[in-house]
Amino acid sequence: MIAKALARIHSENTRKDPLPAFAIGDTVKVSVKIREGAKERLQAYEGIVIARDGHAATETFTVRRLSHGVGVERVFPLQSPNLAKLEVESSGHTRRAKLYYLRDRTGKRAKLRNKARAIGAKVLVPGSAPEAAAPTDKA
Amino acid sequence: MQGILGRKIGMTRVFDAEGHQLPVTVIEIGPCVVVQVKTKAVDGYEAIKVGFREQKESRVTGALRGEFKKAGVAPQRLLREFALDAGDSFKAGDTLTEAVLNGFEYVDVTGIGKGRGFQGVVKRFQMSGGPMTHGGHSKRRIGSIGCRSYPGRVHKGKRMPGHMGNVVVTQKNLRVVQLRADDHLLLVQGAIPGAAGGVVAIHKAKMAEKVKAKAT
Repeated sequence: MIAKALARIHSENTRKDPLPAFAIGDTVKVSVKIREGAKERLQAYEGIVIARDGHAATETFTVRRLSHGVGVERVFPLQSPNLAKLEVESSGHTRRAKLYYLRDRTGKRAKLRNKARAIGAKVLVPGSAPEAAAPTDKA
Repeated sequence: MQGILGRKIGMTRVFDAEGHQLPVTVIEIGPCVVVQVKTKAVDGYEAIKVGFREQKESRVTGALRGEFKKAGVAPQRLLREFALDAGDSFKAGDTLTEAVLNGFEYVDVTGIGKGRGFQGVVKRFQMSGGPMTHGGHSKRRIGSIGCRSYPGRVHKGKRMPGHMGNVVVTQKNLRVVQLRADDHLLLVQGAIPGAAGGVVAIHKAKMAEKVKAKAT
């Protein structure tokens, strides 16, 4: 009864139009609906996904970016109706689920290797043929 | 009708009309049955005695068995009294559902808080304890408990280590986010006492009612 009741509430509080799949280390562009009085506009926020937390209707993801040299992190509820759009700009190669180590790094060291070009990478980047990409990288 | 009994399901988050995420506690409401109607003439005050969660007949005492028989209802695990609103009329055997909460904007939720066992004063009374370093020998100790030969005793009510939790707690003025008739669930904003599965009593919020009465 308990699990069923919560599952029902979760399913009602999930987006009817799910956001596209994205992973830790991806650089994403999130369009957030902002209400100013009666007007509504979109604000873009672009950065690296460094964490995903929670599950179902409570899932959130954290996007980190540098703004005027200052690190900024925003936590978005994954199922929020205020997220108009999410675009994956590029995918970074990662070896862990939480990229909190990026907080301690600056400059070039705060960059992730591109997933498609990472050695032994199996995951495909949209628009590229995985079979063709993998062997050439190894050679 | 001023309130009803329910069971805590747990916490989650929902989105409101503006898309803001709210922390909510889900409570399963009732169904409850009216076991007895107390009247001014007989009992000196007006209320109804409400039963919640059916029980095997062999598990209830003889006295209660008679009471349930008189009301013509199945034996219940839990009995609570609730005050009545003007114009309410109930009779023994009536079933109560989440409908009694219709129109409630704020509620007070009463339940038994989680038991913490035997706890020290740092956790139990938020005392600061002693220094952890620099040779601190009273890290989480209580420290001095009083004066010297005057008064020559420890003051009454001195806060000391002991059993914490497992007492009745009321969380007041919780906003009703949603009242769902189809699956008998109440969603209130914020946390309520006790563990998931615990029985709670939901009352119309006293303070919020007072404020409303003053405003009008």
